[in-house]
Amino acid sequence: MKLLTFAALLAFAGAALADETAKEIQRYREMVAEGSPAELFEIQGEELWKKAQGPKQVSLERCDLGEGAGVLKGAYAHLPRYFKDADRVMDLETRLVHCMVTLQGRTREQATVRVFGSADRPSELELLSAYIAGQSRGMAIEPGLSHPKEKASYELGRALYFQRVGAWDFSCASCHGEEGKRIRMQELPVLYKPQYARPVIASWPAYRVSTSQVITLQWRMNDCYRQMRTPEPTFGSETTVALIHFLTATARGERYHGPGNKR
Amino acid sequence: MAGPMKMRANLGAGFTDVRVLMTHPMETGLRKDADGKLVPMHFIQNLTVKVNGKTVIEAEISQAVSRNPVFSFRLKGGAKGDKIEVSWLDNHGDTAAIETAIA
Amino acid sequence: MNRLRRALAAALLLGLAAPLRALAAWNKDAFGAKTPGDALKHLGVSGATPSADVHIDAPQIAENGAVVPIEISSAVAGTNALIVVIEKNPFPLTARFDFKEGALPFVKLNVKMGETSDVRVLAEAGGKHYFATHEVKVTIGGCGG
Repeated sequence: MKLLTFAALLAFAGAALADETAKEIQRYREMVAEGSPAELFEIQGEELWKKAQGPKQVSLERCDLGEGAGVLKGAYAHLPRYFKDADRVMDLETRLVHCMVTLQGRTREQATVRVFGSADRPSELELLSAYIAGQSRGMAIEPGLSHPKEKASYELGRALYFQRVGAWDFSCASCHGEEGKRIRMQELPVLYKPQYARPVIASWPAYRVSTSQVITLQWRMNDCYRQMRTPEPTFGSETTVALIHFLTATARGERYHGPGNKR
Repeated sequence: MAGPMKMRANLGAGFTDVRVLMTHPMETGLRKDADGKLVPMHFIQNLTVKVNGKTVIEAEISQAVSRNPVFSFRLKGGAKGDKIEVSWLDNHGDTAAIETAIA
Repeated sequence: MNRLRRALAAALLLGLAAPLRALAAWNKDAFGAKTPGDALKHLGVSGATPSADVHIDAPQIAENGAVVPIEISSAVAGTNALIVVIEKNPFPLTARFDFKEGALPFVKLNVKMGETSDVRVLAEAGGKHYFATHEVKVTIGGCGG
C-alpha cells in the first residue's frame, strides 16, 4: 500500500514538474516571439512581389490570391481555396507558383528550382510567403470550405492525416494523434482537434531561430514526411495542399499572428 | 553587404521604447559549414544609438549575441518627431545604420 | 572601406594621423578572456556587490541556446553601464552597454548560450559595481515546430 502511495506521489510530482516545465517553455516562446527577424524577410518579400521577372518581365502585383488581383489584405487568412482559373484548390505557395508561370512566363521548373531556402538565405517563395502572410496579421483564419472541390480537398486531407504510409507505416496521427506525447522537448499537438490546431496554424509561416530559416507549411509537410521516412512529396501537390487545407480548416476562427519566431 | 534593418520608436510612459532588428550572421568562428570547414568570425562589435544627432548609448558586443540581433532600448522622455539613429560596426569594418522618427 | 575612408577624412581634418580603429573601441582582451574573472579584470572591475536593484528577466528554460532572450536593467542610482557575462560560455563577456545622458539603463537582447549557465549582469554606478545572476537551463529541441 505504502509503495503505491509513494508511486502516486512521485507521479503527481512528476506531472507537476512537467507542468512547470511546460509553463517555462511557453514563457521562452513568448519572449522569443517579440521582435522577430521575420519582419526583415517580409520587407524582402515585398521587394520580390514588386520585382519584374521572367520572360514577360512583369511583377507579381496583379496576382490574384483569392481576394482579387493584387489584393493582399486577408488573402493568406482565406487560403487554401478553390481557384477557377486553375480548377483546383491551392494554398499560398501553390498559387504563387501559378502566378509566376501565368503572369511572368516562367516555367514551373524555373519557379520551383529552389523552393526551400537555407540559413539566412530564404527562397523566393519563403520571402513572398512571409510578406503576404504578414498582410493578414490579426485576421481570422477562414479557408474556403463551400465549393465542392474545397470540401473534397478537406476530406482528402483528413483521410491523409490518418493514413499510414511508408517504410515505418506512420501517419500524421502516429505522432500527432494522442494527447500528452512529446519528442524530446517538443510537445506533439493533436492537430485534428481545433483547440490544438488553432495556436499552431496561427503561427505559420515563421522564422525558426535555431536554423535562421523562414519556414512555411509546404516546408512543414515536406519535413514531416521526411521524418516519417516516406518519399518526398511534390511541392504544391494535391497531397500537401489537402493536408494544409485540413489543418487550416481545423484551426478556423483563430486570429493569425503574422510571421513570428519559432525556436 | 548589409541586409535590411528595421526600427520602431514609440512613446511610452515617460520614456521612448526603441526596438531595432538587424541582419547579421554573428558568426562565432566555431560553426562548421556543409563541407566541414570552420566559418570565420564575422560579428557586430559596436553599436551606437543617437537622438537628434547626440550619442546616448554606446555598446561593445561579442559574437555571443544571437544571429540577426534584435535589441530594445529605452530613452528618457522623447517627443514625437525626434530622430533616433542606430548604427553598427562589425569586425570586418562594415557598417550599417537606420534612422527613424519617434511615432 | 567606408570606415577607412571616414577615418582618413577625419584624420586629415584634424591634422592628426588617426589609427585605423580610432572610431570605435572594442576591448579585445576582455572579450577574449576565457573566464568571467579575467573578463571582468580586463574591464577594470575589481569586485562587485550583489544587489536586488539589478534586474534580469529571462526564461528559466531556453528551448534553443542559439537564442536566449534576456531583459536587463538597473535601479541603482547613477547607473552608467550594464555588463553581461555568461559564466559557462567559451568567452564569458557578452556585452557592455554605456548609457549617456538621455538613455535609461535598460536593454533587451538575444544571446547565445552553449549550455546551462548563470547569466550575470553587472551595473556600473559611481565607479562601483553591483550584480545579479539568473540561471538559464539550455535544452536542445527535438523535431517539429
